[in-house]
Amino acid sequence: MASPSATADVVAPRSTSESENYLTHDKGVLSWIFTLDHKRIGVMYLCSVLAAFALGGFFALMVRTELLTPGRTIMDHDTYNQMFTLHGAIMVFLVIIPGIPAALGNIIMPLQLGAKDVAFPRLNLASYHLWVVGAVFMLSSLVINAVDTGWTFYTPYSLTTTTAVVPAAFGAFILGFSSIFTGLNFIVTVHKLRPPGMSWFRLPLFVWALYATALIQVLATPVIGITLLMMIVERTLHIGIFDPTLGGDPVLFQHFFWFYSHPAVYIMIVPAFGVIGEIIPVFSRKRMFGYKFIAASSVAIAFLGFLVWGHHLFVSGQSVLAGTIFSAITFLIAVPTAIKVFNWITTMYKGVIHLDTPMLYALAFLWVFTIGGLTGVFLAVMSVDVHLTDTYFVIAHFHYVMMGGAITAFMGGLHYWWPKAFGRMYNEKLGRMAACLVFLGLNVTFFPQFILGSRGMPRRYYNYLPEFQSLHVLSTVGAYTLGVGFLITAFYLVRSLKNGRIAPANPWGGVTLEWQCSSPPPYYNFHKPPVVEAGPYDGYENLMYDEKIGGYLPRKAKSG
Amino acid sequence: MIVNLSVSLASVAFAEPKLPKLPDSPFFWMPPDASVTASNTDTLFNAMLWISLIFAVAIFFAMVRFCVKYRAKSRAANENAQKTSEHNTMLELTWSVIPFLIMVPLFVGGFKGYVNLRTPPRGAMEIRAQGQKWKWLFTYPGLGTPDDTLHVPVNTPVRIVINSVDVIHSLFIPAFRTKMDAVPGRYSDIWFKATEVGEFPIFCAEYCGTSHSDMLARVIVHPPGGYEKWLASTIASADSLSGKDRGAMLYEKQGCSTCHSIDGSPKVGPSWKGIFGKMEAMTAGSPMKVDENYLRESMMDPQAHVVMGFAPAMPTYQGKLSDKDIDGLIEFIKSLK
Repeated sequence: MASPSATADVVAPRSTSESENYLTHDKGVLSWIFTLDHKRIGVMYLCSVLAAFALGGFFALMVRTELLTPGRTIMDHDTYNQMFTLHGAIMVFLVIIPGIPAALGNIIMPLQLGAKDVAFPRLNLASYHLWVVGAVFMLSSLVINAVDTGWTFYTPYSLTTTTAVVPAAFGAFILGFSSIFTGLNFIVTVHKLRPPGMSWFRLPLFVWALYATALIQVLATPVIGITLLMMIVERTLHIGIFDPTLGGDPVLFQHFFWFYSHPAVYIMIVPAFGVIGEIIPVFSRKRMFGYKFIAASSVAIAFLGFLVWGHHLFVSGQSVLAGTIFSAITFLIAVPTAIKVFNWITTMYKGVIHLDTPMLYALAFLWVFTIGGLTGVFLAVMSVDVHLTDTYFVIAHFHYVMMGGAITAFMGGLHYWWPKAFGRMYNEKLGRMAACLVFLGLNVTFFPQFILGSRGMPRRYYNYLPEFQSLHVLSTVGAYTLGVGFLITAFYLVRSLKNGRIAPANPWGGVTLEWQCSSPPPYYNFHKPPVVEAGPYDGYENLMYDEKIGGYLPRKAKSG
Repeated sequence: MIVNLSVSLASVAFAEPKLPKLPDSPFFWMPPDASVTASNTDTLFNAMLWISLIFAVAIFFAMVRFCVKYRAKSRAANENAQKTSEHNTMLELTWSVIPFLIMVPLFVGGFKGYVNLRTPPRGAMEIRAQGQKWKWLFTYPGLGTPDDTLHVPVNTPVRIVINSVDVIHSLFIPAFRTKMDAVPGRYSDIWFKATEVGEFPIFCAEYCGTSHSDMLARVIVHPPGGYEKWLASTIASADSLSGKDRGAMLYEKQGCSTCHSIDGSPKVGPSWKGIFGKMEAMTAGSPMKVDENYLRESMMDPQAHVVMGFAPAMPTYQGKLSDKDIDGLIEFIKSLK
């Protein structure tokens, strides 16, 4: 019986202290709260994000339960409005934006790059502490008088409602800084901390995606910060900016808001592309098809994402000319997105496909993201958008992209790197079952909403016409299926920490650098900077599966 | 006659608010279309539906087929993937150019439809629509009092000039495939030419607070001559009503019923039943007696004194109610014991 440290010895022969890893390196709560280690910060982010996900998911179930019947089911109008606002704000600001970059990215990205840590460990810790402060502000609104503006904080409603808008908006402002710090850190890390041989086109696609995301985070987030501050100033000091009764322009807020929030959609989905770009080659035992196209399309999407915010405003009174330009650029974005999907599918062609849990999530991602992307084209067509905007069609579209895309990829990445981060394998059978349940629940929840929307059901409705009820009931059934899927996931992941099989260094046969460290990685990642001699997806044939350890070893180590 | 009318008005006032009904649609995705511009939207929607279906099925088929055909036997078998090219410029250019070519006509079609939706024909009949929490009020040429239902003649271009008195609302008529935000402090417009006689729902599509989802209205498309008849009879009856009957009419038409019940149950605002003459605690200052002056002040300057336990949500009716209207409403409230 091979011990995990022996595995580490073979795969990462530079490791000197065998039992030492980042989880055991220091003891005590303070060693976590004030750690400068990117992996520990990533783990703290992960726990916080998952807790926020549970809370946001709870609010989603409350919303769906209320929508079982028109009129009152379990709560009144105002509570419902607070529930959907909190669901949206928590999921966007606390879960999806930091989910992949700050949680998974912090744990994995420096390892993948071959670096000891991120460029600015203290800034990294500050980013997490700011996240906590921002979350406290945002959730304090819940205790005072929960905000009811929708996560979009549209003026002048947000200036006139009596609920606690200021703490929530200030929370989002602080969370913005947390996001900027992560982005800045990742940009410098990718530029300056690459080991010898790690050229730009040897970067794993996950790193490319996080790099593109970081650019958006740094360039777009300040705009939402200033916008929310202006809204707070207007609400507290009555300086006219957005309020028409004070001489302001409420539609200006929408422009500012979407100038950030549309790029923010790409902050949420581009890292997901990165995760899928890691999982598909490894589980097909094949190099990624069109690597350079995929890497370049991440950057192209990041850039074009800045130029399409006006497609949220086709019915706001924006000029026809402006609308036309925004619509045209929106169509352009569909091209690099389509390229990615085709490349991922082609990678599987003539591969050797292993359908483990991470791959199931990647396949689920491909399917739901395709639907999310195609329905985005409906909304880019201006005359059709006039009918569909602010209806459930939009809700369904962005849930297919955010929930079906970003969260599914996050779950895929979580399962893919779980053995690396925590040194334990989860129950694979339960994992596959939960992945199927999540996929099923996702489609049952959100597909009916496309039909609701095209038939005219507006979003953010507490009450609705009786003819919409059957589709709402179906959607609620789907939401509970999703809930069960995630509960099962929580159960087996937590249980794996105690009872899971000890994870080998390389359970899936990946060739990126993180799989060369032991699981969990040592405190300093690499004792000597690794020398990179091949691309990120070269050399699957040089690895050999060893049944005794349940993981992959280099072929020569086995024979020697 | 007057007695008859007041009885019928009272029954309207006490009935459940009438829900607009979405007519049954022969189509799976869209509600029935009832305007000239709807066909552009539906054609594009259906075209995209088919294109999406083809792409989605192709991708799904490829995915499933690859998973079945190339599925690994087991990890222990240590199979290696067959060598295929890692990059194929022609293939990649093809699948970049084809989606691009498909999108050009979609963009052009959407652009044409949008310009059409946003350009009202010359000489279109004009109706004003005002959004307020949580009611649409429509003002017709020649009719002093606004109405809560949109009446339009069939086969006539109608331009709706939209504004809002409080927050942003959005006038959404699914049957006409059109929608436009009502923004405080500015005017926007939509136009349509209804092709079907009947009743269709109007929704508020921009979130506006507590009763956003109850901000429902109906558009009634009249057969030829029907609109003129309706307008004439409404003008006649609006002028003839006075006192409590006028109040009962305004209670419905001015949107009071959205927030104030007349059966004693509190809604967004206090119920009117039995409120006249009561001493009410105020959110600020000392308790006040609900008398004629308090009621008048509440209509003109609603935030001056708000009854304890209620949010200051009411919009002002300054300039919207004449003295005769205010008298009527006060009489109506007095009558609700």
